[in-house]
Amino acid sequence: MSAESRPELRIIGFLCNWCSYGGADTAGVARLNQPTDLRIVRVPCSGRMDPMFIAKAFYGGADGVLVSGCHPRDCHYSEGNFYARRRLELFLRFLPVLGIDPQRFHYTWVSASEGQRWQQTVTDFVERIHSLGPLPQLCESDPAMKQLAQCLGGGE
Amino acid sequence: MRIGVFICHCGSNIAGTVDCEAVAEAARSMPDVAFATDSMYTCSEPGQEAIIKAVTEHRLDGIVVASCTPRMHERTFRRTVERAGLNPYMFEMANIREHVSWIGRDKKANTTKAVDLTHMAVEKLRHNRPLQSKSFAATRRVLVIGGGVAGIQAALDCADAGLEVVLVERNSTIGGKMAQLDKTFPTVDCSSCVLGPRMVDVAQHPNITLYAYSDIQAVSGFVGNFEATIRKKASYVDWDKCTGCGECMEKCPVKDAPDEFNEHLATTRAINIPFPQAIPKKAVIDASRCKRLITGKCGVCAKICPSDAIDYEQQDTIITEKVGAIIIATGYGLFDHKVYGQYGAGRFPDVITSIQYERMLSASGPTGGHVQRPSDGKEPKNVVFIQCVGSRDKSVGRPYCSGFCCMYTAKQAILTKDHIPDSQSYVFYMDIRSPGKGYDEFIRRAVEEYGVRYVRGRVSRIFPQNGHLVVRGADTLMGAQVQVEADLVVLAVGVESAPGAKELAETLRVSTDTYGFFLEGHPKLKPVETNTAGVYLAGACQGPKDIPASVSQASAAAAKVLGLFAKGELTSDPQVATVDQRRCVGCMKCAKTCPFGAVKEVEDRAGDPKAEVVETVCQGCGICSATCPQGAIQLNHFTDDQILAEVNALCQPNLGLNSE
Repeated sequence: MSAESRPELRIIGFLCNWCSYGGADTAGVARLNQPTDLRIVRVPCSGRMDPMFIAKAFYGGADGVLVSGCHPRDCHYSEGNFYARRRLELFLRFLPVLGIDPQRFHYTWVSASEGQRWQQTVTDFVERIHSLGPLPQLCESDPAMKQLAQCLGGGE
Repeated sequence: MRIGVFICHCGSNIAGTVDCEAVAEAARSMPDVAFATDSMYTCSEPGQEAIIKAVTEHRLDGIVVASCTPRMHERTFRRTVERAGLNPYMFEMANIREHVSWIGRDKKANTTKAVDLTHMAVEKLRHNRPLQSKSFAATRRVLVIGGGVAGIQAALDCADAGLEVVLVERNSTIGGKMAQLDKTFPTVDCSSCVLGPRMVDVAQHPNITLYAYSDIQAVSGFVGNFEATIRKKASYVDWDKCTGCGECMEKCPVKDAPDEFNEHLATTRAINIPFPQAIPKKAVIDASRCKRLITGKCGVCAKICPSDAIDYEQQDTIITEKVGAIIIATGYGLFDHKVYGQYGAGRFPDVITSIQYERMLSASGPTGGHVQRPSDGKEPKNVVFIQCVGSRDKSVGRPYCSGFCCMYTAKQAILTKDHIPDSQSYVFYMDIRSPGKGYDEFIRRAVEEYGVRYVRGRVSRIFPQNGHLVVRGADTLMGAQVQVEADLVVLAVGVESAPGAKELAETLRVSTDTYGFFLEGHPKLKPVETNTAGVYLAGACQGPKDIPASVSQASAAAAKVLGLFAKGELTSDPQVATVDQRRCVGCMKCAKTCPFGAVKEVEDRAGDPKAEVVETVCQGCGICSATCPQGAIQLNHFTDDQILAEVNALCQPNLGLNSE
């Protein structure tokens, strides 16, 4: 199926400024064709990733969320991606509790020189989300959802 | 708030696959947008002037530019915005080139995506606050890592300009690969005559502290205030006492220690000075070969040493140095040619590498400058050079060109004729790449004056026959198989990243490329900088480079350091974390996670513990912000609000989760 003929899904990528954002730039400079579904939010470091950002994206209707940082041991801030890995790994297991299929979330490492790896990552992830289809509407009347809505809405 | 939006065509780079006018039109209906337009080249002078004009005309408080990557022009536009009288942080960029126009071909989908990215930038800008930089003092000292020709040049340039330089070299002498060379192309002047005096300059310069036989163990801090931990390896010789007389070397009974300087063409003693012109000229004991250190029996060198310098008990010592900037000049490694089994390297003694041949040509080398076959010591008549051994070959993971092998092969072929006038050299090559000054002329001289025969084609096999080596390959210009009987085969081994480069990159928190070379800040505009402020690159550690290019880049790196220190005080990036003292409960989780130790505990007036950020130490990663259970510590310019504003621009919350 050609990427152009199907309706786009809402996919957010959180990319660290140093490695993965640079990798996405490298892919661009090399004109590596990618599906257009993904929109990138630049963060200084994958260690900046509060899992709440991802939860909020899903509750806002994102069909998929991708986080990418520097390869372990390559972090510009020496250990930010280790914190990211620990938090995101936990969050991945917590997703079913939130009512989200964990397959809709992926975290990975792409360096600034790995344009092709980024192209592959995006293509694979977008394909995966398309195979899952749009995120089912979350049931607002569910008391657990209401509770969560309150929690998530509480923080700034 | 009144926001101005500029959609850049970037010539046809963006406009070719994005409807820029439509994006500008869409931007006009975004919240707080008072003005939106599209322009041909927003980064050009008229483009920037248009921004300044719009700020006055439309009384704008903030600017969004949708164009290329912020890694390219964020600083450019921040300066523009500042010139327009706004705070430089009241600016946001949407990347619609690298992330949109260059990677998607569907104009409609691209335009929608560009609108989304612009919308995200507008939403983020709505939450931006003006930020102010702070000044701090810098340590006006520079650490140069690596004492090859690039490191030497960088160190001397900095030192001559009045900076204190700490030069750290892994080997027991500086000089690097260049010190191993016999002659240099295209002038064919003697390598050590060029380099030797520069090495002496390093040793004698009052502003240079040289740590030879030392490694970088750790580097902490940030631009202007680094602290380097240097491990001085045990040489088992007290260098303060050693005069470099070399008597120990003569008497040492261990005669089979590997001679690394001569590329294993010869052996050396367990205690040795690598070569007579070494700087510093000090002896080092090879702990893996020394009888005394292994068995406890021997001690000849200690008995013979006239200055009582031998110290078998010596330990590694750790030194710390404070510096304000770092220049990496760790050079390159050479490809392991044994991967090419068909060339028989390692099996046939008369197949050697280019650097081994270099040692053989050198008058100070193991053969005293006589070219001889390693197998029987006879003078070779037919010498075959094979280029691109570990260069431009995807199958061995080295798809890149090593840059200078064409030239050194021509030089070695010319020198062969000088050494053995009745010899014949053949060069098997793919293409000849000789773009430097005087380089192409040099190749022509090799062919025309020295009669070197160039055969365009790859070698398929080398095998021994009747005391010769038969080199079989293709001549792709003739369209025929060729076979040459060779007495000696020299493989032009390709360049790879230096051993240990990866570990050093981790220590310094700079990136490397796919092949382990250090990654420059930008391939065109920041070839000397890294993405870590205050860390610069010189020479082949960034990619294959010949001597002139290495020296040029070393001087450029030195100029960058001088430029950095010329400012007197450095200004800190205001994208640092700040603590909301009312929310902070003093749990200090932020301090525990901070990789830089930038958060300290203070007491408020009531005596309760609170966190406080030391602004000049904070590097702006935001790990603390993601850690704080209270949301009390926020990273300026990347606050929770700002990131969520971008998320919300894309995903309109359907559960009333919008915090606004």
